[in-house]
Amino acid sequence: MAAVTGPIVREGVAHAPSRAVRALILGVIGFLFVIPFVAMVEFTLRKGLAGGHDFSRWSALFQGGLTGPYRQVLVAVGNSVGLAVGTVLIVLLLLVPTMLLVHIRFPRLRRLLEFVCILPISIPAIVLVVGLAPVYSVLSRLAGSGVWTLSLAYGIIVLPYAYRAIQANLDAVDVRTLSEAARTLGAGWGSVLFRVLLPNLRRGLLAGAFIAVAVVLGEFTIASLLSRVNLQTALVVVSKADPYTAVILSLLSLILAFLLLLLIGRLGAERTSSPRHRPIGGRQ
Amino acid sequence: MTRNTSNTPLDTPTGSTAPAPSGQAAQTEVSSSAATHRHGAVVEFSGVTKDFGGHRALAGFDLTLHAGEFVALLGPSGSGKTTALRALAGLESTDAGIILVDGVDVSTLPTSRRDMGMVFQAYSLFPHLSAGENVEFGLRMRGVAAAARRRRAGDALALVGLAGHYDRFAHQLSGGQQQRVALARALVTEPRVLLLDEPLSALDAKVRVTLREEIRRIQTELGITTLFVTHDQDEALAIADRVAVMRDGRIEQVGTPEDLYSRPVSPFIADFVGLSNQLTGMVRNGFAELYGTRLPLLDPSQADGTVLVAVRPEDLELSADGVAGVVTASSFHGSLRRTRVRFADGAEVSVQHGVRLHPAPGDAVRVRFTGAPVSVAAAANPVQAGSRP
Repeated sequence: MAAVTGPIVREGVAHAPSRAVRALILGVIGFLFVIPFVAMVEFTLRKGLAGGHDFSRWSALFQGGLTGPYRQVLVAVGNSVGLAVGTVLIVLLLLVPTMLLVHIRFPRLRRLLEFVCILPISIPAIVLVVGLAPVYSVLSRLAGSGVWTLSLAYGIIVLPYAYRAIQANLDAVDVRTLSEAARTLGAGWGSVLFRVLLPNLRRGLLAGAFIAVAVVLGEFTIASLLSRVNLQTALVVVSKADPYTAVILSLLSLILAFLLLLLIGRLGAERTSSPRHRPIGGRQ
Repeated sequence: MTRNTSNTPLDTPTGSTAPAPSGQAAQTEVSSSAATHRHGAVVEFSGVTKDFGGHRALAGFDLTLHAGEFVALLGPSGSGKTTALRALAGLESTDAGIILVDGVDVSTLPTSRRDMGMVFQAYSLFPHLSAGENVEFGLRMRGVAAAARRRRAGDALALVGLAGHYDRFAHQLSGGQQQRVALARALVTEPRVLLLDEPLSALDAKVRVTLREEIRRIQTELGITTLFVTHDQDEALAIADRVAVMRDGRIEQVGTPEDLYSRPVSPFIADFVGLSNQLTGMVRNGFAELYGTRLPLLDPSQADGTVLVAVRPEDLELSADGVAGVVTASSFHGSLRRTRVRFADGAEVSVQHGVRLHPAPGDAVRVRFTGAPVSVAAAANPVQAGSRP
């Protein structure tokens, strides 16, 4: 007669690797990642045929400043950062609301949305550009050919990565129940979105933003074929004239990307156990 | 039912948790609304219908909840009980019918404006907020000042026995504690109706019993009209003023727990509420005849003929005389034991008896009918009718 239910069990991670094993794995992977960076740095320090190493190329670049042909790199950095911001905005303002709408109100459309979002990963960039070229010719007539228009194409190529990152978070959070709970408590859809859903999707949104920034900063093919200037196309131009400086600039761009990702991470740092309010006096 | 006449923690003035001067509750802009809701709202479902792509979840659903009443919606999976509750909350639209709260049709009101508190089956605490902030959420949506919010949230947590858990996050609470916080969150806004959608189903048995008693205590204290959805008849019978049993989107029977158990209107109710042995018998002259035993009928006007008779296990006993049978199984239930006995015609019954008797499978026993059948209905297929304990 009585219903039987099991106890709520909070299980830890079964067979989690020991601290030593974790350190070993991290060390090996870190080592593999560091090798190319060390090689790049070593390359920029070479003194040429004379042999030996020094900082002459680094100091020449910083003392002389980015003038002449290198000036273009600064413009390209600005372009790439702007494109990254534009692409992240497309993800946040278009993709996220669409995914939430499908998840909460139209779950039957989920497979279709997933298919559409994953599609760009199966299309080579060159094919994508062939398709985009006529679109951009129309776009150029309507809105000009500013570099910002690239963010529309980038918004498409980051879809598969951003979708997976956000969807993983959506699957981990009971979005439907949380939104219903908020609505019964008097929240309108705006409050549901900004006070309940987005804070709980922060990890997924951050991951999506990370990926979008990383993809945009490393993108070359589409920008080159559509004759737009971004960081990668500028580095290629520089490398033809001075490969040493191009590698130095590549290293600096990597540091810039790292700082940018760090900034995004800090902005979205999660609060897990440090409540804003202190306990009520006398109630603890 | 006891109505709230005292100052409960939720009615505490926003400035202090101590009693107000002269023993009167100092009403504030926040707690003044509680006065109108303290005795709960009257809720009326009238002809509510809801289809889900060809499946009719609610088929002319009618039910009235009196002010301050605790009504349990009981029924098997798919009977429409959760749909009815969600329709009242505004989480499901209705295809036909009206839902009145204190005489006002709320059918078209958005969920956020229906002023109802709800506790969900799934854990629904906002993970990014602490327990206290979760409880504050509804007050924040109503524009309550920060200090008052914090104080009332603390009071609500104290009401559910979690006074020291204001800063805990959902992942730091057990399942039972999370549902207590959810209850505090639903109650702190002093809603017109409290909706409970199987809030205990994810908890272990002992916590369920404790928490359901807590829910009933708090509901009685606050006098809030409550609709409680469950598929667990024990829960429904234990805490509800009235129980409405649903089947195929309609109410099959609504009444007090005692009514449902003792006077079920159909074999379905007799079978669903409590255990029953359903046996084929005959009605003659106002008596049911089962295996040569004449049993008085609750409704002596029952027409003569072959019938399906529902007899409770406690209305059977193992004795020296009666119908011969063989024990097929016997199970221990703490203060009682239930033994299944197969008669010579293949019918099986469940007999409830004291724990001192230890019948073993294969034992030859005799079963005596000692009480009146709880339900008698014309047998649809008398030949196959047997027992379904």
